[in-house]
Amino acid sequence: MSLTLDEVKHIADLARLQLTDEEMQRYQQQLSDILDYAARLQQLDTSQIAPTANMLVERLALRPDEAAHGLGLADLLKNAPQSEQRQFRVPPVLE
Amino acid sequence: MNTELTGLTLTQSLDLLRQGQLSSLELTRACLERIEARNPALNAFLTVTTGLALQQAEAADRTWSAWRKDSSISLPPLLGLPLAVKDVLAVKDVRCTCGSRILENFIPPYSATAVERLLAAGVVILGKTNTDEFAMGSSTENSAYGPTRNPWDTSRVPGGSSGGSAAAVAASLAPAGLGTDTGGSVRQPASFCGVTGLKPTYGRVSRYGLVAYGSSLDSVGAFAHTAEDIALLLGQMAGFDRRDATSANVPVPQFGPDGRAGFKGLRVGVPAEYFIKGIQPEVEQCVRAAIEQFKNLGAEVKEISLPHTEFALPVYYLIAPAEASANLARYDGIRFGLRENADSLGEIYRLSRGAGFGPEVKRRIMLGTYALSAGYYDAYYGQAQKVRTLIKRDFELAFEDVDVIAAPVAPTTAFRFGDHSEDPLAMYLEDVFTLPANLGGVPGLTFPVGFDQQGLPVGMQLMGPHFREDILLQSAHIYQQNSDWHRRYPQA
Repeated sequence: MSLTLDEVKHIADLARLQLTDEEMQRYQQQLSDILDYAARLQQLDTSQIAPTANMLVERLALRPDEAAHGLGLADLLKNAPQSEQRQFRVPPVLE
Repeated sequence: MNTELTGLTLTQSLDLLRQGQLSSLELTRACLERIEARNPALNAFLTVTTGLALQQAEAADRTWSAWRKDSSISLPPLLGLPLAVKDVLAVKDVRCTCGSRILENFIPPYSATAVERLLAAGVVILGKTNTDEFAMGSSTENSAYGPTRNPWDTSRVPGGSSGGSAAAVAASLAPAGLGTDTGGSVRQPASFCGVTGLKPTYGRVSRYGLVAYGSSLDSVGAFAHTAEDIALLLGQMAGFDRRDATSANVPVPQFGPDGRAGFKGLRVGVPAEYFIKGIQPEVEQCVRAAIEQFKNLGAEVKEISLPHTEFALPVYYLIAPAEASANLARYDGIRFGLRENADSLGEIYRLSRGAGFGPEVKRRIMLGTYALSAGYYDAYYGQAQKVRTLIKRDFELAFEDVDVIAAPVAPTTAFRFGDHSEDPLAMYLEDVFTLPANLGGVPGLTFPVGFDQQGLPVGMQLMGPHFREDILLQSAHIYQQNSDWHRRYPQA
């Protein structure tokens, strides 16, 4: 499994990651190696096997939907890199 | 005197506190002084909460005095015992970096459930310990704040990702520490540093306030010098929490020593797949010798097979990065964390993430994004989830015949800095013996069973059925009553 540089660029774009050209090249090689290694999973016949997404699904239970106090606005904004008028500040999204 | 105090186990300190022969302030000060002296060389702590620790210790001593005057008042069970906390678990109002630049200035507005429960039980928090960035790594070399050094040999790694807490306990900077284990991040550093470390059953301890990495694998665990001490911590941390939807609503038993002195009736399985070619010979010898001692103390030892063990590595390195790529999408430079300013929202995301994440985190986000992307989902992520079922089934079948599984923790003892840093796949291979327990959700406990010729500790792990940490802790306790590997501390 060999990834092309274009594929690596596409993945970085999906992941919203700014990468340098050098990083792109390094990940192209390393991800290809890791995916090659992972290819050994294909040798197992899993057509009759159900996937495991989480360990304790059978133990999960519904609970009453009760309102409770969460964090206040001050706490929520405390770590914001930029905030203004009790809101997170971002550049214009719509023209 | 300080060295003596900081070398005490939690159980010993608790006895002295009860008898009035020791105050929490003395004990806490001794730890803080030792941190000041030794941390510059070890880099085990990223943040030392001196003021908070002294305050909590004084409050604990006031409660101890009140109890001496009136023993009818209720006494928190771990009152005045110092604790280190891995820097991926939130402690309210204390910086939480996750070993990442992207959270360099992040101050959590609440505490993790595990932390909150231990605080309610009376612990004193000494500070936050170093970790591979977002717990992704096996050596702490991936921390943005420099690696932690192994107290047994400072040219070697302490293991990871919870290397800071493991080194802190080994070097007697703290008598105990919290860690987290997604693929071996408590057990492997415990083994490399010669301390006892537990990864509980998935769901046993709430993940609320643990910064998410691989949500179907993450578990909150602990380090200490003895299994008895870990039982004390687990007893307080464990239990259902409505704030974590995957927290298990099952009873919390007594985890500590149950009075048995031998292993009569204990069936120990030894999986052939864990004694592979390439394992360091002394690691195998020490583990086999410990298993022999279990036998001499009355255990019934049998060879078993966990046939899908070899697939755990590729399964893990698809599932964990896939979950990580989704979990780490939250670092967008808007609500918290590092922000690189730009004219558009998309550029803020890309630049902030590009500047804030280190190489291993980026690598796993890339790998996970690919494994989940259209056209590849079934072949990679989907297939990995199915093979995960086979690995989980291996454990279920094995535990029909045995009570615990005994195995090595890692193929080698602590390696040197830089040994694997250019080759991610070689680094991932460090985790071959610890990953299956996370994929199967079963508990695993590591404790020291010897040393190699270079004087580096060797650990053994016991794995057990879901929610049977009690068997693991009680078995390790009996072993520790009959051995003294856990009583050896590194020099200076």
